[in-house]
Amino acid sequence: MIGIFLTGAFIISGWLLYNRNIFVNYALLAIFMALLLVFGLYEFNHINIRELEFFNPDALGVLLLVALCVVAIPVLFHGYRYIEIHNVDETPKSRGLFFGSMVMLIAACSVVYLSGHIAVTWIFIEITTLSASALIYHHRNLRALEGVWKYVFICAISITFVYIGILFLSLSLKDAGIDDMSFESLYTNASKLNPFWLKLAFLFIFTGFTAKLGLVPMYTAGIDAKDKAPAPAGALLASVLMNAGFVSIYRMYAVMSHTPLKHWANTVMIVAALLSIFVATVYMTRIKNIKRMFAYSGIEHMGLVVLGLAAGGIGVYAAILHIILHALIKPSLFLQYNQIYWVYQSKSIYDVGDYFKYNKVGAIVVFLGFISATAMPPSGLFISEFLIFQSLFEAHNILILIVVLVLLTMIIWGFGSNIFKLLFIPPISIDEAKIPKISSWESLTQFVLLGLAVYLAYNPPMIFVNLLQEAVKLIA
Amino acid sequence: MTDILLIALAMSLLYISIANRLFTYLNILVFQGFILFGVTFLTLNKISTVNLILIMLETIVFKAISVPWFINYVIRRNGITREAEPYLPNFVSLIIVTFITVATIILSSSIKDPNLDKTFFVVALSTIFTGLYLIVTRKKIITHVIGYIIIENGVFVLSLAVGNEMPNLVNLGIMLDIFASVLILGVFFNRIGDLLKNPDIDHLRNLKD
Repeated sequence: MIGIFLTGAFIISGWLLYNRNIFVNYALLAIFMALLLVFGLYEFNHINIRELEFFNPDALGVLLLVALCVVAIPVLFHGYRYIEIHNVDETPKSRGLFFGSMVMLIAACSVVYLSGHIAVTWIFIEITTLSASALIYHHRNLRALEGVWKYVFICAISITFVYIGILFLSLSLKDAGIDDMSFESLYTNASKLNPFWLKLAFLFIFTGFTAKLGLVPMYTAGIDAKDKAPAPAGALLASVLMNAGFVSIYRMYAVMSHTPLKHWANTVMIVAALLSIFVATVYMTRIKNIKRMFAYSGIEHMGLVVLGLAAGGIGVYAAILHIILHALIKPSLFLQYNQIYWVYQSKSIYDVGDYFKYNKVGAIVVFLGFISATAMPPSGLFISEFLIFQSLFEAHNILILIVVLVLLTMIIWGFGSNIFKLLFIPPISIDEAKIPKISSWESLTQFVLLGLAVYLAYNPPMIFVNLLQEAVKLIA
Repeated sequence: MTDILLIALAMSLLYISIANRLFTYLNILVFQGFILFGVTFLTLNKISTVNLILIMLETIVFKAISVPWFINYVIRRNGITREAEPYLPNFVSLIIVTFITVATIILSSSIKDPNLDKTFFVVALSTIFTGLYLIVTRKKIITHVIGYIIIENGVFVLSLAVGNEMPNLVNLGIMLDIFASVLILGVFFNRIGDLLKNPDIDHLRNLKD
């Protein structure tokens, strides 16, 4: 089924690139959407059945794949609205490129989730870089060029780092006399691997994948990318692509967790996570660009996820829950961002205000999105963050817990002061005649995503919990 | 013989650290491409002939000919000035690159692993770190690209160290080479030069907080 899906996705993506007919364009998108849903459903019913030698849809992969299916529907719909209705200077060519690369990005991410071999993960992560850069450069102006240049360069360096890591991993396998680099073989033979090379391999692979996950040190590329990409594409970069980075790091960490190096790996991850939260705090309290603010909020959440992972115990469960809920909440903020831009024609916090007056339904989404993203109850993230804090407490990392709580409070303050300025304080100068009328239907999908995040956290279906518990078992 | 080639590669790093003109950089890229061709030919004697030919083609056609030619084309088309414009004086660069090489030698001598060929390891790591150093200290975007390609050459040497046991990893490295270089150079092809007449990173400083 993976073979069929990949072939189908590549054909559709290639066809979209060359197609100029508007009807064919959307027919192809509908076919892709159906293909993706069938694929998601099929893998959901065929967990842990190896396919094409290199793919193993385990519980974690399937969970993230289902989340991707849920996110992809509103993203493609808003992509359609963005291209057809709200952006005047689109041509058939730019439309084809936009949707073609979007299809490619979604397909590559879904395959990364299911990959059971580190080299396959690596190859498809490369493809995500390619398709994401086409999306970032969509507007073809100087700023977009800057964004795409930084993204491509940093991703190229980090993908090289991952490759170096894989080489070191192969050296560590050589000592153990193994030549199978699939994750399963790595898990079973973990104790035989040469610890020195394994350490180096983990360092390089972790550093490399932080470009996709959005952690210190390679997070910078992602921020510019989410800022410059059109908002529907930004929604993908801020959710499914980050999940692809997460799944890669998670599997590598799972290998480490089967060795005595687990504590060393935990230390590395805690340092990276704390620095990420710190960086996010510094920027969130000063930032004046709304879209970049959403992007930095993602850095903060990824820091929390990795912190949970490193704390162990219930933290691993919480980390996976957190990343899934985050993947539902962040796209709704990004998709909503477009409406803010239509009203004010600016990203700067100085030009906006009184949003409740101009777009009531949209303002409610922004408000709920703010509550969700800062993990205040009834946000779903409240549950997962609480569990992460509990795991930190149980692991006797009290000092780290206190630091994180202080930093999070500052983030809420920074995030909140900007959002309340947007929602309630009247703007300095605005031409009210130019404000378009925005239909409240445009916000429907965002409500659904936010609602789903609450539902999954407070009343999780049995099957969801089972899959989560299954995914946690990868870590020893 | 392999050792001589690898040491020549390491010496080219010292030369690039004091090079002033962009064309010297390109000549060094060509030189490194040919050295990698030689090292591949001498090292990978246990893998299939077809695979070996593929790898050698990559080093010659891609690393030694196409990429330098394309960068040359970009430089000429965009009228980029010939100076490399380092932030630091050449003498300091030379010291730092020497220091990098010495540090990798010290690092590798602390590793006790019979499976490891130390020469490959030292040359590969010092090439990678010199590439990173070049990226950090040079002003032009095109020198950043050259720095990245030097990193890739280092990674290629590292992959040769395990090449006989795992030829697929070398193939993976070739994929990385071609894919990443095409992606990075593709941005230039896609009219970075039309938007920026003088591709200098000073023009790319708008995205910040």
